[in-house]
Amino acid sequence: MTADMRWRSVIGLEVHVQLSTASKMFCRCEARFGAPPNTLICPVCTSQPGTLPTLNGEALRLGVLAGLALGCTIDPSTKFDRKNYFYPDLPKGYQISQFDRPLCRDGHFKFSTEEGEPREVNIVRAHLEEDSGKIIHPEGVNFSLVDLNRAGTPLLEIVSGPDLHSPDEAMAYLQELRRTLRYAGVADCDMEKGGFRCDANISIMPVDSDTLGTRTETKNLNSFRFVAGALQAEIERQAAVLESGGTVIQETMAYDPDTGKTSVLRSKEDAHDYRYFPEPDLPEFRVDPAWVAELSAGLPELPRARQTRYAVDLGLNKRDADTLVAEKELGDYFEATLELTKKPKETANWLLTELLRLSNDRKLPIHELNTTPARLAELVNLVASGGVSIQAGRLLATAMEEQPGQSAEQLAQSMDLVQLSDDGALRQIVEQVIESESSVVERYRSGNVGLLNALLGSVMKASRGKANPKAARQLLLDTLDS
Amino acid sequence: MLSATSIAARVRSGEFDPQDVTEEAIARLQERDLEVHAYLDPDIERARQLADRVAETLRRGDDPGRLAGVPISLKDNMAVHGATLTAGSKILEGYRAPYDSFVAQRLIAEGAVLLGRTNLDEFAMGASTENSAYGPTRNPWDTDRVPGGSSGGSAAAVAAGIVPVALGSETGGSIRQPAALCGITGFKPTFGSVSRRGLVAFGSSLDVIGPLAAHAQDAALVYDVIAGHDPADATTWTGTRPSATTEKADLEGLRIGIPEEFLDEAVDSRVLESVSTAIKTLEEGGAITKVIPKGALPSMHHSIPVYYLVACSEASSNLARFDGMHFGPTSESKDTLDLLARYCATRADLFGPEVRRRIALGTFALSAGYADAWYKKSLSVRRLILNEFTALFGDYDLLAGPTSPFGAFKIGERSQDAYSMYLCDLLTAPACLAGLPSVSVPCGLARKGTYKGLPVGLSLTGPAGQDHRVLAAARAFEAIRGTPERSPIHGDDA
Repeated sequence: MTADMRWRSVIGLEVHVQLSTASKMFCRCEARFGAPPNTLICPVCTSQPGTLPTLNGEALRLGVLAGLALGCTIDPSTKFDRKNYFYPDLPKGYQISQFDRPLCRDGHFKFSTEEGEPREVNIVRAHLEEDSGKIIHPEGVNFSLVDLNRAGTPLLEIVSGPDLHSPDEAMAYLQELRRTLRYAGVADCDMEKGGFRCDANISIMPVDSDTLGTRTETKNLNSFRFVAGALQAEIERQAAVLESGGTVIQETMAYDPDTGKTSVLRSKEDAHDYRYFPEPDLPEFRVDPAWVAELSAGLPELPRARQTRYAVDLGLNKRDADTLVAEKELGDYFEATLELTKKPKETANWLLTELLRLSNDRKLPIHELNTTPARLAELVNLVASGGVSIQAGRLLATAMEEQPGQSAEQLAQSMDLVQLSDDGALRQIVEQVIESESSVVERYRSGNVGLLNALLGSVMKASRGKANPKAARQLLLDTLDS
Repeated sequence: MLSATSIAARVRSGEFDPQDVTEEAIARLQERDLEVHAYLDPDIERARQLADRVAETLRRGDDPGRLAGVPISLKDNMAVHGATLTAGSKILEGYRAPYDSFVAQRLIAEGAVLLGRTNLDEFAMGASTENSAYGPTRNPWDTDRVPGGSSGGSAAAVAAGIVPVALGSETGGSIRQPAALCGITGFKPTFGSVSRRGLVAFGSSLDVIGPLAAHAQDAALVYDVIAGHDPADATTWTGTRPSATTEKADLEGLRIGIPEEFLDEAVDSRVLESVSTAIKTLEEGGAITKVIPKGALPSMHHSIPVYYLVACSEASSNLARFDGMHFGPTSESKDTLDLLARYCATRADLFGPEVRRRIALGTFALSAGYADAWYKKSLSVRRLILNEFTALFGDYDLLAGPTSPFGAFKIGERSQDAYSMYLCDLLTAPACLAGLPSVSVPCGLARKGTYKGLPVGLSLTGPAGQDHRVLAAARAFEAIRGTPERSPIHGDDA
């Protein structure tokens, strides 16, 4: 029996998301990943004496948008607080954050498990705060380095209720959260660049109990894989402790992805007293409800709504709808193409097969391909109208990507892929086949109607694949039966 | 010494050469500062460069501005790009500011010649300038005595006649109290009327920059230059600020209340005597004065504890950045790679005892389990104090009283007893907690007693945003009373 069967786990997640602003939260330095160390800094974000923070309005706007996307309440006024602690990556010795009056609170957020089961998580709060700098530990020396490029980057900390009950559920929540924030345009959630980081509160209790166990907090989970591994490891650790008669202690844990185990980072006695108090440099500020309403109205369609629309209104199968919605760019590309084709299934098919193949082959994101939605629409329309066959369409897709100057029809002509659908040329081939395959024709006429397919095969062969099978079939029938 | 107002007028008219004016100020500094130690860095080179700039502007036929050629000194907690900025502390020894404070920008833009940076209690924490890590400043009236503080260097520089005006900063009394003890005018503007950008923070919700000047008119002129909205300080207010220079200096019909709470038993009787005379002067000018019976400011007696709780709580956070990691020196007393030990060594060795005391006090007041009883309660009482003042301003235009309970005390007299030093803020902290504009104007010398022959300051406090009226009243008072007495070091030089 595994731990999962004897114990029920209770998981709440705190997610730190870097907001997609051009500049930092409290100064006008560029907020960007990957610049040489300490090149995106100024007196404010290096905390020189006498400097003061000023709020980046775009960070506030994105914070409100995120809150709305998470179904949160946005209060008409809010404030910042100081969270005090010493660490070399925090040059002020305090972090500007929000304590008792978060920008967003009391949200409800829906997602589905991998099996498609609907779930809902309470969003306790989502608040704005600034990111710290980064500490670099070079090997073989007895010093560390500090890079303050990241210091002051706007973050939104999203705190879920203890509403998740397995690592899989937690992962599904995180995926939906990430997708939703990307759709809302508030964050890239690029985990590799530290844009989406997670702390997990975990406790377990016997499956037949309703008394919550003591929780631990596992810090700094910077990839989905680590989250899953850490949750599983911590659940198993707590189960082992309890099953050997011990008690779980409230403490902060760290996860080591190499060993796949969690270990104590600091005990409750060592817990920080952050001495929160209102940030005196930033007065309380109004969040105009009319402005919030305007932002709410302008919120783009979120992934769950889009997925339902694709499956129900457009009649796509669930797998295709899921795939199209997984990345906003893909769904947006689909929308733009569909606008020009009005053929949901065909558009989805071409996009999910040929376009993704091109994207993979060329290792380019779809929006960097030569094949724009307009060009894909040309192809979809050409195939749908019978101008080329599906097989020819595949060849054409590659050619269109390689020769962006040529239209689908031009390429179909020059590659000699235009399907024979018109009476003249096709009728000639059909008549030739009927003449040369006279024995088959005879057997057909004597009642072996299954031989129509053999005749059709000969027509296709004689046309070197260019015959439109539908038209050829009709023409064969017409000719044979006349 | 000439007033800033007349220096600027004569420089603008071409009568005075700004370079000559600057050289004279430098000469006075070099001679007189040997006695008073008002300056941490005279920075003469910068003054000469700025004077050259003003001269160049004049040669081009352009107007150098409202402070053309006026030598002005800054308290050494205001950033001047490229200049040292110690805040009176060893923990910033050798540090140079990488940017200009808002006030420095404004002064330079109006043609002022920044001459040096003045001594202060470390991080502006103190009332005597004895807490400077670089030695005390001496009072130009009696060099065995303190000039007050924390803007003691600025007050002494003006009282010694080195410069006509200097900038100070005030959190609980640090402009007005040294102004009173040095016999000059000191003005604390409404919180938020002058940008704090570039001011090394002490108590952020209280800190204000303001002028110390030999003439009330000059305090008004410099206030006009440095006041205004700054997008880089979110606590500055955006409304218009009427000019304090052109506001009519008239006491006629002004309703001036003297709350009995200002006449506390701790106030020296000879100080009270001078203030009583000053109130008669106000009446001569046409003001209607009235002593307000005790009870109008019932929460005022909590001002000292509330002030120290609020200011120290904020200071404990504001001073966290001085950790020896990012700028400034690091203590080498502990040869260790342990992070906490290094933090502790730097902060224990390079902060002075008063600063450490206040950080400890503020850290305690904000700690889990104590914050409700100390920090949060002090905020509630602060709100009460503001409400009580606001109610009084329904009936009075200004409130008057002594600025300081006593005159300039001897160096060392109070430095061993923190609480007796904290009493210096007794009458100034209330207006700071309420964010109100308040001026201290010299009102003569004590005639007898402990502070015989030493200056006494009259305090005039107005409603928030009425800075121009408070300064106009100070100008009117000085006009009736005549030019204030000059310190022996200042002498009668023109």
